[in-house]
Amino acid sequence: MTEFLQQLLNGLSLGAIYALIALGYTMVYGILRFINFAHSDVFMVGAFIGYFAGEHLPQGTVWGGLCALAAAMLGCAVLGILIERLVYRPLRGGPTLNVLITAIGVSLFLEYTGQLVFGATPRSFPQIFPAKTIAVGGLIVSTSQVLVIVVAGALMVALQFAVYRTKIGMAMRAVSLNPRAAQLVGVNIDVVISFTFALGSALAAAGGVLYALNYPSIDPLMGVAPGLKAFVAAVLGGIGNIPGAALGALILGMTETFVDGSRWSTYKDAIAFAVLIGILLFRPAGLLGRYTPEKV
Amino acid sequence: MPKPLIALIAAVVAAFGVSYFSDRIDPYYLDVMTGVGINIILAVSLNLVNGYTGQFSLGHAGFMSVGAYLSASITVLAGPRILGDSGGTALQQGLLFLCALIAGGLGAALAGLAVGIPSLRLKGDYLALVTLGFGEIIRVIFQNVDALGGALGLNGIPNYTTFFWVYAFAALTVYVVACLVRSTYGRGFIATHDDEIASEAVGLNTTRYKIVAFVVGAFFAGVAGGLYGHFKMTITPTGFDFTKSIEIVVMVILGGMGNTPGVILAAILLTLLPEVLRSVDEYRMVIYSLLLIVLMLVRPKGLFNFDYAGIFTRLRGRPRATPS
Amino acid sequence: MAAVAALAALSAPAFSQETIKIGEYASLTGKEAAFGQSSHKGTLLFIEGANAAGGVLGRQVELVSDDNQSKQGESATIVKKLIFRDKVVGILGEVASMRSLEAAPICQVYKVPMISPSSTNPRVTQIGSYIFRVCFIDPFQGTVMAKFAKETLKMHRVALVTSVSSAYSVGLSKYFRERFTNDGGEVAIEQKYTEGDKDFNAQLTAIKAAGVEGIYVSGYYTEAALICKQARELGITVPLFGGDGWEAPELIEIGGDAVEGCYYSTHFSPQMDTPGVRAFVARFRARYGGETPDAMAALGYDSAGVMLDAIRRAGSTHGPAIRDALAATKDYDGVTGMTTMDKDRNASKAAVVIVVKDGKFKFVQSVAP
Repeated sequence: MTEFLQQLLNGLSLGAIYALIALGYTMVYGILRFINFAHSDVFMVGAFIGYFAGEHLPQGTVWGGLCALAAAMLGCAVLGILIERLVYRPLRGGPTLNVLITAIGVSLFLEYTGQLVFGATPRSFPQIFPAKTIAVGGLIVSTSQVLVIVVAGALMVALQFAVYRTKIGMAMRAVSLNPRAAQLVGVNIDVVISFTFALGSALAAAGGVLYALNYPSIDPLMGVAPGLKAFVAAVLGGIGNIPGAALGALILGMTETFVDGSRWSTYKDAIAFAVLIGILLFRPAGLLGRYTPEKV
Repeated sequence: MPKPLIALIAAVVAAFGVSYFSDRIDPYYLDVMTGVGINIILAVSLNLVNGYTGQFSLGHAGFMSVGAYLSASITVLAGPRILGDSGGTALQQGLLFLCALIAGGLGAALAGLAVGIPSLRLKGDYLALVTLGFGEIIRVIFQNVDALGGALGLNGIPNYTTFFWVYAFAALTVYVVACLVRSTYGRGFIATHDDEIASEAVGLNTTRYKIVAFVVGAFFAGVAGGLYGHFKMTITPTGFDFTKSIEIVVMVILGGMGNTPGVILAAILLTLLPEVLRSVDEYRMVIYSLLLIVLMLVRPKGLFNFDYAGIFTRLRGRPRATPS
Repeated sequence: MAAVAALAALSAPAFSQETIKIGEYASLTGKEAAFGQSSHKGTLLFIEGANAAGGVLGRQVELVSDDNQSKQGESATIVKKLIFRDKVVGILGEVASMRSLEAAPICQVYKVPMISPSSTNPRVTQIGSYIFRVCFIDPFQGTVMAKFAKETLKMHRVALVTSVSSAYSVGLSKYFRERFTNDGGEVAIEQKYTEGDKDFNAQLTAIKAAGVEGIYVSGYYTEAALICKQARELGITVPLFGGDGWEAPELIEIGGDAVEGCYYSTHFSPQMDTPGVRAFVARFRARYGGETPDAMAALGYDSAGVMLDAIRRAGSTHGPAIRDALAATKDYDGVTGMTTMDKDRNASKAAVVIVVKDGKFKFVQSVAP
């Protein structure tokens, strides 16, 4: 029983991190209808910013940790806005496949420049938050895991607030429903899009720092695998749907953790995809996605 | 004899000719050219699925790996028994190789069927993910099957691939795709791409077209995989991951979706580019990625998507025909 | 004056002054860039040193390196380029057995000697008579740790953790298990993971439930460090141990306190107190901005050394001659120990067992073949 609860905790923690990344994918998709391949590398950049910030901040303190987290989120928000302005905006209105290729280009650029500049050897992420392990019954709970769940939860609540209670959030929803109509009623699309990218990138950065806290080995290619899983999670939940992304990430995190501890652990990646395919067969628009019938 | 068939035969004969003199060619250049040929097969076959039929498939490398493993299994495991200790004559080896390649292609085609059918209800990005997932599932399966070498992969594959085989099959791929596209099937593919609902409304069985595109594309990807395996003599599961699929997708998009000559040119360019950039090894991928970004910003329709008809009418001095 | 100059020019050495080219194919970028870059640095250091000391056979040595991006298929093309365009006389590479297996058949066919610095899968040298390696092979390394665990650590019941995406890890686990069970021990449970995984809580929870005395982790330090860390966090107190893939300063950096008291087998220890090793470490640090060499770097260094030594002994840059000289290598004094080529063209050399104590690597014992 304790093993089951332990795995549950592990799965929750992993799922929370995937959720943070998945949210960015789903938000951008909701507004622009395209998959931002470079998102997983923004996650990586966030981890590295946290790494460098952590070196200059006192270790093991809560406020030091929060500063590093804030620095990472801010830095990546700027990065996200930059990428959007320089690379994606000129291609807006054209076929989405072109932007996709450009996104792949940006992703590769970030990865390989990272390897060039930071070197390929993994670095050890500093202990920016206080870390302890507590035994609760037979369960071993690490404060890092709890931190991940708490921070991810808080950020998601903040996101819900931003999207449903603020003006810009309303603008985001309007643009995702119908960009032309939104423009007609006076929404500044450029600002909304930039804001969406900034938000998504900031969340990815938070994901990066929290991931690095739990698995303290960072390298320029660290975003590839979690990015793919998060993308799967976003689609699983219905791409473009914010609660869907969180749900999909949770399911994926749990599935992965339980498969990991079983006999079939090496088929873990395959099983995650098989689950996805299975679900898509019955709900082709994802779990919470709306199957919008195409009107002719 | 219809013109395309003449072109095909001419290409095959030319490939044979070059192959005959291949000992005089520098093995490194031969190696690169062989690589180009294999990529042409991959890009043109994917173009049928992504370009003409508009089905966004991200799992082409998965079909390639099925073909590679299947054909390699035949030549490595069954080969010695069929050919005997002496290794067989060149003709016997050639026949065995051809059979292995076709078998690999058929296996991949079957996989294409298995992927195509369930994916029919899915649109755009969901389809992309499912095909990507399929590629990953295949990779994980191969990684866990010890009989196929597991993580180390299969090695000691006989070096049967020659310039002739690669370019003969490349010519065949282009021929088959071109013929398909020009036939009523082709009209079906393009109709499905342009507007699936309208096509269904006029009675086209879009399901059939989508599946045919998938299966034919997968067949040739499998053949390319077989050629690849007998070229590099070693195959590993991780070599056919989604990064490889993305590489092929980039060739198709850069060449201009649905534009076979453009796709061929893009395949050649993107295979030669890393070789040319070897002198700046550390910056190679950085330059490649920047080039991708710049190319898409500057020529979004695809690098080689020339308006051929427009060029000819302009050359003849007539005003360009406006698109209807 | 002109006559003297002309005389000087006429009495120039008879043999050509062009460089001896040695080729190297390595994963300088991509997924396994950490290992490839390390190996490359060691190789380069040796060649620079050799050149400073006058080169080989009176000629300077030029290292032609090419990057295979850790990708399948690249090594074969690179090796053909090195042989036919760059006209190298010998080839060094690779760290990963997968990629060595790709390039070896080509080197064999074109009769260019190839030395792998750290591919440990037995099949690599089985490709042909021109393929060598300067490291020990997995069967030996697996047995080293099995012996150590059984006899020195007195363990009877262990767990095995294998990376299925690495042929190296799969091989090592297999040989460890064979020897350990042969000696009467029991492998209670085996858990698997894939390279790049960061979360091992699931596997470790299962291992904890099995109640073992030790855990053998046959993969690389990138995951091993995290495995140790998470094991300790889950309350597992037994020692973990592994193979030469553990060898890197990052093991302690990332693993921290969790790797205290853990063991691994390897080829080399920068702590080994021989003048050769100390000089190598010092020169490496000076050349590469304070970085400490790991086993890959040391093996890269020795692979270059053995190659140049063979060329010197052969007295020529003719392929077959170098090959014969390589096969005859005996007691080459490298930084990874005395290297002698056995009849299978593998290096017959001792392994060292290292323990992590007080945040440092400490030499425990040497295990001879």
